[in-house]
Amino acid sequence: MTPLTCYLLVAAFLFAIGLAGALIRRNAILVLIGIELMLNAANLNLIAFWRYGPHPELLTGMIFAIFSIAVAAAEAAVGLALVIHIHRHTKTTYLDQINRMKG
Amino acid sequence: MSIAFYVSALLTLAGALASVLLKNKVHCALALTVAFTGLAFLFLNLNAQFAGFAEIMVYVGAVAILIVFAILLIKGSETPLHGVFSRSWPIGAAIAAGIFALLGWAVIESASHLPKPTPAHAVTVDQIGRALVYRYVLPLEVVAILLTVALIGAVIVALHEDGRTQ
Repeated sequence: MTPLTCYLLVAAFLFAIGLAGALIRRNAILVLIGIELMLNAANLNLIAFWRYGPHPELLTGMIFAIFSIAVAAAEAAVGLALVIHIHRHTKTTYLDQINRMKG
Repeated sequence: MSIAFYVSALLTLAGALASVLLKNKVHCALALTVAFTGLAFLFLNLNAQFAGFAEIMVYVGAVAILIVFAILLIKGSETPLHGVFSRSWPIGAAIAAGIFALLGWAVIESASHLPKPTPAHAVTVDQIGRALVYRYVLPLEVVAILLTVALIGAVIVALHEDGRTQ
């Protein structure tokens, strides 16, 4: 196997773990952790393709990954603020107990 | 493949599995920092030093701390009585396994079409800075606005509502 294939397989497994975490956990914070893992798997793919791609001097994959890290940080901050707000309203963060949209 | 790749891939995947499967939420957050550290090592293996150190600073330094703070603020450090997995967890696990099988099949099948390995290209922070302020200056400004809006939005969302809680 070439190195690129190994990195892509690791990223695929990481994405599957994150997806499983987002789908099987009951707690909203653990679902956010799963989403972060999926974002990081995408970053690993971007950087692996940049490193082994045809034009590494253009820095496209690296810059894409850096912007993706910044967006993921913003997403984590807003997501956790939402979780805290929901906990203040409903006294729970378990997703099967949050079953109404009215505030 | 070098031994550094195997060690960091093992660290990443073990940390990710532990952060998804552990019962205690604080342990999950700590396992998540292990996964992020392994991922930063993978970035360093790929000759992307700047992205690796950004990963450590942003994820291990900020996002993991944010998650721990959220867990402590909602007093969620104790293990729940009704289990940590949802009732439909076999379906979720099956979907994740199916996605992994699909992605793995696609990667293995396309292995012969992937670009041939090229020699490592040394990238300095100087080059990244120049690329950010010349070629990618518009996305940089958009990300700056996004981070400002997200910061203000997070503060507003997490604020107490006057009149209802007081």
